[in-house]
Amino acid sequence: MRSQNEFSYGGDASVKRPELNQEISDQDWDNFVYNRKSLRGKHLELWQHISGCRQWIKVERDTGTHEIFNTYKADEASS
Amino acid sequence: MSQNFRLENVGFINRDKKLSFKFNGKKYFGYEGDTLASALLANGVHLVGRSFKYHRPRGFFGAGVDEPYAVVQLYRNNETEPNVKATEQELFEGLEAKSVNCWPSVNFDIGAINNFLKIFLPAGFYYKTFMWPKSFWYRIYEPFIRKAAGLGVVSTKHDKERYEHKYEYCDLLIAGSGPSGLASAYAAAKNGASVILAEDKPRFGGTLLTSDVNIGNQSGEDWANSIISELKEMPNVTVKNRSQVFGYYDHNMLVMSEKVSDHLPKTKKYHPKQRLWYIRAKEVLISSGSIERPIVFGNNDTPGVMLSSAAKEYLKVYGVLVGKNPLVFTNNDSGYETAIEFKKNGINAIVLDSRVNPQSEIIDEAINLGIKIKFSYVVVAAQGYKKVNSADISKISDDKKQLGTIENIKCDCICVSGFWTPTIHLASQSGNKTQFKEEIDAFVPGVTKQNETTLGAANGVFTLEETLKSSFSAGQDLSKKITNNDNKISFPNVVEKKSSQHDKFWCVPLPKGKSYKRFLDFQNDVAVSDIEIALKEGYRSIEHVKRYTTLGMATDQGKTSNLNGLQLVSDIENKVVPSVGHTTFRPPYTPISIGAIVGREVGKHSKPTRKSPMHSWHEKHNAVFVDAGVWLRPRYYKNGNETLFEASKREAKNVRTNVGVCDVTTLGKIDIKGPDAAELLNRVYTNAWLKLPVGKARYGVMLREDGIVMDDGTTTRISENHYHMTTTTAQAANVLSHLEYYLQLVWPELNVNVVSTTEQWAGAAIAGPKSRKLLQKLFPDIDVSNEGLPFMGYMKSDLFGAKARIFRISFSGELAYEINVESDNGNFMWEKIIEMGEEFKIQPYGTEALSTLRIEMGHVAGSELDGRTIPYDTSLEGLVSKKKDFIGKRSLERKAFTANDRQKIVGVVPLDKKTSIPEGSHLVKDAQAQLPNKKLGHISASCWSVEHDNPFSLAILKDGKNMIGEKLFVMSPLKNKIIPVEIVSSHYVDPKGERVRS
Repeated sequence: MRSQNEFSYGGDASVKRPELNQEISDQDWDNFVYNRKSLRGKHLELWQHISGCRQWIKVERDTGTHEIFNTYKADEASS
Repeated sequence: MSQNFRLENVGFINRDKKLSFKFNGKKYFGYEGDTLASALLANGVHLVGRSFKYHRPRGFFGAGVDEPYAVVQLYRNNETEPNVKATEQELFEGLEAKSVNCWPSVNFDIGAINNFLKIFLPAGFYYKTFMWPKSFWYRIYEPFIRKAAGLGVVSTKHDKERYEHKYEYCDLLIAGSGPSGLASAYAAAKNGASVILAEDKPRFGGTLLTSDVNIGNQSGEDWANSIISELKEMPNVTVKNRSQVFGYYDHNMLVMSEKVSDHLPKTKKYHPKQRLWYIRAKEVLISSGSIERPIVFGNNDTPGVMLSSAAKEYLKVYGVLVGKNPLVFTNNDSGYETAIEFKKNGINAIVLDSRVNPQSEIIDEAINLGIKIKFSYVVVAAQGYKKVNSADISKISDDKKQLGTIENIKCDCICVSGFWTPTIHLASQSGNKTQFKEEIDAFVPGVTKQNETTLGAANGVFTLEETLKSSFSAGQDLSKKITNNDNKISFPNVVEKKSSQHDKFWCVPLPKGKSYKRFLDFQNDVAVSDIEIALKEGYRSIEHVKRYTTLGMATDQGKTSNLNGLQLVSDIENKVVPSVGHTTFRPPYTPISIGAIVGREVGKHSKPTRKSPMHSWHEKHNAVFVDAGVWLRPRYYKNGNETLFEASKREAKNVRTNVGVCDVTTLGKIDIKGPDAAELLNRVYTNAWLKLPVGKARYGVMLREDGIVMDDGTTTRISENHYHMTTTTAQAANVLSHLEYYLQLVWPELNVNVVSTTEQWAGAAIAGPKSRKLLQKLFPDIDVSNEGLPFMGYMKSDLFGAKARIFRISFSGELAYEINVESDNGNFMWEKIIEMGEEFKIQPYGTEALSTLRIEMGHVAGSELDGRTIPYDTSLEGLVSKKKDFIGKRSLERKAFTANDRQKIVGVVPLDKKTSIPEGSHLVKDAQAQLPNKKLGHISASCWSVEHDNPFSLAILKDGKNMIGEKLFVMSPLKNKIIPVEIVSSHYVDPKGERVRS
């Protein structure tokens, strides 16, 4: 267990960056850069262990209760 | 002055230790073990303050945390603290306190005129009246309200006290050491669980200290003491008094404030004043008890009106009589306990009971003692201004709607009991769905959210036997789950008096033709009429009513007012209380000092301080430092009586004419290695990186995905697969995270490693026309000519035995080099540069001169790359590759980013060539135009150009490209300045960039 203040929040983990050099509509690009759902409930999000190993990890967290259900490494698929 | 209201031989105070204290400048005596409240009451002092809105005289209403208004300004050890409850503050020798909410004094308070103007101060009055006209708010209303209202004055001095934070884990945290807390703690401790038992008062035992009960052939108090002494001996138990668990947060984390030294005249050496505990408990037992509910009647805020439980506590714990001619007004049996205690000490109380014909053991006892009781009677109004002197009483009809003839009887205090309200704050904070319990007319915890269990009175259980039984078994069961032990504890024999049903009656109707204020919320001066107005005006949700009337707000959080407020709303709305619902209980339960929250992270401990290896040299040479992120950097080196302006001008000028040296250790440095390093740079920076040769540096700009410039800096190819990146001081950490993000999550296929080397290298920039000569002296063995080490060239070398990297890069716009050595050699390098540079008239320069040099060159920095600008805005569009893709490129196609009149960086010179231009000022076309004057741009950075010897600024200006030569105005309402200016190129010095290549 590590303290929360060693970590830094990195946003929605389900967002996928478009490929480089990919033709993409304004709408799709805006969705990637700006538009987020801001869910209440279970949310898969990115956190970086900035005051530790510097790994980016995926965390499944309830945005309403802050309950943490699961964590995944950067290259690990989330179920 | 003698303590006229103190009893002999009653209470737990230490009569051997007499303490002197001052209240409102007057000297009094009390005893060790007193609170400020009990000591004042022992001296017959009831008037402690003025109320918040109407400035009505106020006294003591409770005896502890329940107190809504006896709040004082405390003076202790040359410090002052506002918002201190007199009922909680323990007495110490030399204590001084003053009333708040009154001016000029508590006895003559000018604001009391509000009381006579009360018709003008209804609910929502502040919203309705003081908002108009707007200008009056700032000049007249607000300062007046500030002076007249408030709960004291915050000291403006630095708080020298020490506050600590502590992190703790335990199996069971038990909040409250009354019967349920003691029983559950004892059972759990016997099962081997680690237990923290917290009590907010100095004494353990809660109601056991004041109630007439018997447990296992001991008095309640003796039983409590024996349990506590046994718990204190157990290694798995932590027992804390003066410790309030005030917040229940996520993941079963609770926060407790321990008042370590507040009860002492002075904090002991090496001790903190207060300690904040962050406790993660496997199970939480809430045994916070209950608070007596007032009955609402006319002028029920008059000093001398107080909770009957408080009167009993003053008597039994402190040996203090709150009056010698008391009137008890009750709707349940609790009032009788107080009357009986008075009687036992020779004081005859009269009991008014709103019930028709109640029957119970305790009423019989009262009758047998000869206490005068009037059934179906109520107090209609208290009489007396600064102190109760009589009460208007009346018979009340069985339906509680009709009053009889009003009689006036003499009394000097009115002890009121409207039954009990469980303290459910912690359970509610945890997320517990509370439920309304009809039998007790109050909310109790319902479905638990986290691992909390509420016991005893806090759970609406008001008999001792049931409380102890459920608490013993809760402590046992919960600890068994954790420790697997199962030690049975024999249940003690309990003797207590059985109570009869309370009366569902909480508010005395107004007699015909009278308009007494009947207060619900004493702290916030909310009366019945205020709620009625709010509802008439259409406020329905209890949350809206709360905010409009301030019912249940502030530090009191509705401890005594909540349920009566809800009753009133439900009565008027013809709803049942549970459908009205209650407002949210918010932490903290009681006020917590800011010092305790901040802990040790204060002053220079609030953040780490980073110093370069050359820091002590700078100190020795009169550097004046400035915070740059977490670093301390020399701002300028003070020569004699020089000002900042003079020193920075001298330093900058010396760079332009001779040579200067600047500590650039703080620049972020990132080591990048791997076969795909060039590819990574190519994707991160806007310009092309694949063809950068080994031994060359390149300037690069990186964007965020939204097209905004994130950072800039130079990156050097050290060897085939090895790069050295520099970032700005402020963005170093963000850039590293940014690279790690893309490498770990977006492009994991890239074979690259990045690591911060900011602390590994010490850096010195040597800049100026004579810098090459100096470099040659420092590195006699290498060819430093323009051909040997050209602009943007890089070389490895040896500085008198120290491994060194030399980069020919320039921020100042002069011929310049940057030397890096390993940090341990930083000071050696610096001293060598100073020593060798002497013949070239070298001078160190700080960040102020550095800024001057870069501004007049038009080089951008943080003030232009401010998170709002794209490459075009800062004239970096030449670095944006059209051929390759990179982070944020797609965003640059956005309409606003490609608009013809897009903002762009320009230079600004005042027409008089004299007036300095404040940074942050706006640029406008017409200084006389009507407000709001249209802003065309803003000044991002200003300096005194040493090259031209006049002020020069950079600005981000709309359509900047076509504005060169225009005359505009700089406006700074903050500095009250209007300056006519001319727009010029941002490259004010050496526009062709010849010097850096010379």
